[in-house]
Amino acid sequence: MTEPVPATPIAAIEALKDKEPTKPPRSQWRDVWDQFRKHKGAMFGGGFLLFITLAVLIGPYIYTVDPQALDIRNKDMRPIYTALWDSDAKVGWNKPLGSDQLGRDNLAQMIAGGRASMAVGWAAMILSLVIGTLIGVLAGYFRKLDGPLMRLTDLFLSLPILPLLLVAVTLFRQPLRASFGPEGGMFILIVTVIAITSWMPTARIVRGDILAIKEREFVLAARSIGTTPFRIIGRHLLPNVLSPIMVSAALGLATAIITESALSFLGVGFPSDFPTWGKMLADAVQRMEQFPERVLLPGIAISLTVLSVNYLGDGLRDALDPRIRGR
Amino acid sequence: MKLKTLMLGAAAAFAIAPAAFAERGSDGEVKIIYWQAPSILNPFLSGGTKDVESASMIIEPLARYNEMGELVPWLVDEVPTVANGGVSEDLTQITWKITEGLTWSDGTPFTSADVKFTYEYCTHPEGGCAQLTKFEGVSSVETPDDLTVVVTFEGPTPNPYGPFVGGESPILQAAQFADCLGAAASTCTEQNFNPIGTGPFVVTEFKPNDVITMAANENYRDPAKPAFATVTFKGGGSAQASGTAVMETGEFDYAWNLQLAPDVIAKMEEGGKGKPIAGFGPLLERIMLNNTNPDPNLGPDERSVIRPHPFLGEPAVYKAMSMAIDRPLLVEIGYGQAGKVGCSWVPAPEAFASTFEGCEVQDLEGAKAMLDEAGIVDSDGDGVREHNGVPLSIVYQTSTNAVRQDFQALIKDWWEQIGMEVELRNIDASVFFGGDAGSPDTFQKFYADVEMYANTFNGTDPQAYLGNGLCDKAPRPETQWQGENISRFCMEEFDALHAELSQTADMAERQRIGRELSAMITDNGGMIPLVHRGRLSAHANSLGGVVLNVWDSELWNVADWYRIDM
Repeated sequence: MTEPVPATPIAAIEALKDKEPTKPPRSQWRDVWDQFRKHKGAMFGGGFLLFITLAVLIGPYIYTVDPQALDIRNKDMRPIYTALWDSDAKVGWNKPLGSDQLGRDNLAQMIAGGRASMAVGWAAMILSLVIGTLIGVLAGYFRKLDGPLMRLTDLFLSLPILPLLLVAVTLFRQPLRASFGPEGGMFILIVTVIAITSWMPTARIVRGDILAIKEREFVLAARSIGTTPFRIIGRHLLPNVLSPIMVSAALGLATAIITESALSFLGVGFPSDFPTWGKMLADAVQRMEQFPERVLLPGIAISLTVLSVNYLGDGLRDALDPRIRGR
Repeated sequence: MKLKTLMLGAAAAFAIAPAAFAERGSDGEVKIIYWQAPSILNPFLSGGTKDVESASMIIEPLARYNEMGELVPWLVDEVPTVANGGVSEDLTQITWKITEGLTWSDGTPFTSADVKFTYEYCTHPEGGCAQLTKFEGVSSVETPDDLTVVVTFEGPTPNPYGPFVGGESPILQAAQFADCLGAAASTCTEQNFNPIGTGPFVVTEFKPNDVITMAANENYRDPAKPAFATVTFKGGGSAQASGTAVMETGEFDYAWNLQLAPDVIAKMEEGGKGKPIAGFGPLLERIMLNNTNPDPNLGPDERSVIRPHPFLGEPAVYKAMSMAIDRPLLVEIGYGQAGKVGCSWVPAPEAFASTFEGCEVQDLEGAKAMLDEAGIVDSDGDGVREHNGVPLSIVYQTSTNAVRQDFQALIKDWWEQIGMEVELRNIDASVFFGGDAGSPDTFQKFYADVEMYANTFNGTDPQAYLGNGLCDKAPRPETQWQGENISRFCMEEFDALHAELSQTADMAERQRIGRELSAMITDNGGMIPLVHRGRLSAHANSLGGVVLNVWDSELWNVADWYRIDM
């Protein structure tokens, strides 16, 4: 048996040579973006989130009505579109989305309420992400810290949020109010309480992933050339657990908005004349039949925001995971 | 049209009434819904209105109040007074004469021994009786014969109608409860869930915190009553759901205490199956002004304890605050037909209500002028007036309740218009009214400048209620923050006049002193009355004979209820 001999030595050398790249090199983030764009839900979600964030940020400068101003003569007005099917409805262009039982403008309240809800959501999400990732990475990487930190996580998991919040309000309301004002103080309190009661899932997921990844060869290689633990975490581990972190961030934002709504709904939280979506919803429940829009508007705003954030998270997970990317 | 409807109604009533009253049990079933569920049918072991009122269909007192707040004899021939010799001249003794021939629902005779037993049951030293205040000052209850009860008091008692009067103090059967004295009281489940009574109905089944089914009492004193053969008494749900069940869907015949905004009630009424009825007792929604200093920088033994408040004691300030309020608008927004403009601390009975000129008129300009005149002006240009350099900045707290939050928003708006700064706070009702000495958020602790809530009293005599303005009733650390003088009002003249009231027996004189005391507290910065609130219940259009009574159990005349054929 003789092996087939190549026709010419030149061809053999050609075959051994590296192929020239046909396209210029692509960055990792560009791949991520391409993959993300394929996820329609994520694109919608991202777009809506951007829209609502801009609307609550810029809105008050365009629509300059004071959301807390009472206007008792114009109370109980319906949204302007009601006139389409009910010509007797009390509507007016001065209140595009109607007014509540004390004549406060619904549109202005929606914008101001969205500001509060989104601010609480984002701040609590970021805070809980930082805490969760820190605890998760430390517990996963340093064996000695694993036990104590995970028991701490269990401890926090067993804390019920509502009683905790009631206690926190009792203890810290007064000092916080003294230094940051009634609304600022409450904001800090609510954000902190939501954050310290919602970081645990993130910590557990991150720890699990770190435990698996730190045994992989590339981490071993890095360690063998003397890389310090903190460099390993920063360079090799964190980028690999980014996708679960992103997903839990998205879910965290949704949870924070819902928790804030629930707190306002229960009347624990911001002063009663400070609008948030949850409070608008709570106030409207009694008159749900007559003025469905007062429940629907904030309800839809909360649902759509939460839904869009969930889709965004879904899309990000697909885009950030190299094993899924390209499929 | 109106007249014709009325005439028709009257004619119909005449036509139907004889038929309806003709026979016991001829009208089938009546369904009652209370959105708080009864948990026991013995009012001596529970202070809850739901328990007292459900039990009032089964067990009855010697005398009770009617819808006008007048005493009417119930199991006795007449109400004892000084004039008819039933009450002794020195006001220390009252003699009740029980009607002859009364029997319990088990057929045994009703005697004075049962009445005496009820006294012993409630005042047993080892028992925890919820209605002990009804027997306060009683030194003995004697039974010279089977139909006579003599109650002796320790001292002169101008109002001797505490024991055995009203739904909160009914008579228990001695034979049934004989083994349930003292510590054993709460263990007698069978007795507490199925008391034998003299009332129009007897319990057939009691499911605590859920449903009571009752049947007509075969031994009831009036052979033609009650018109209904059975009662289904459902407990639980919400005010909204029970209002809907009576007025919109018609599933129930009677719904109790609908604390809902007027437009919500009006919407339900459009359902056409029932209608709301309102009755006015002495319930007053008010703003309490803190007469002590609630500064958070003060220690726990000084905050809301030491006098005076930095600026709320200033007559110009509290008068201006009261003038700035548009009470008719508050009534319209919050209570509708279940509210009236409230100007007096004791708004009812009528004879005790003090009158005020111009309290129902809002006068923002007058309020501003009054503050300007007193030299309380905005000196540093931040839009808030100062009194001796202290800005008029207040914390305004109340319980979490949709109507109260609307009130807060409105009143804040008015007060800010006259140059004050107002911060709103609302606290969960179970915490606010919970009375926990460890919590800083109770209404007794009053860690705020002003707070809003409603209060009332039982019966028709406001003496004890007016005592809530006495100096020594102020909540403070030594009393574990208990006490009814929430605003910490303190005035020597008030205390002296109240002492005079407790020594006065003449009714007209009592009413005059009562009015004076009531005016004293509003004139001197104790409180700002807002709304005289009524009780609003609803009954089905087909249910006749309902008379809403705010002075006693709402079900006081359930024996007279009947079905209107429609």
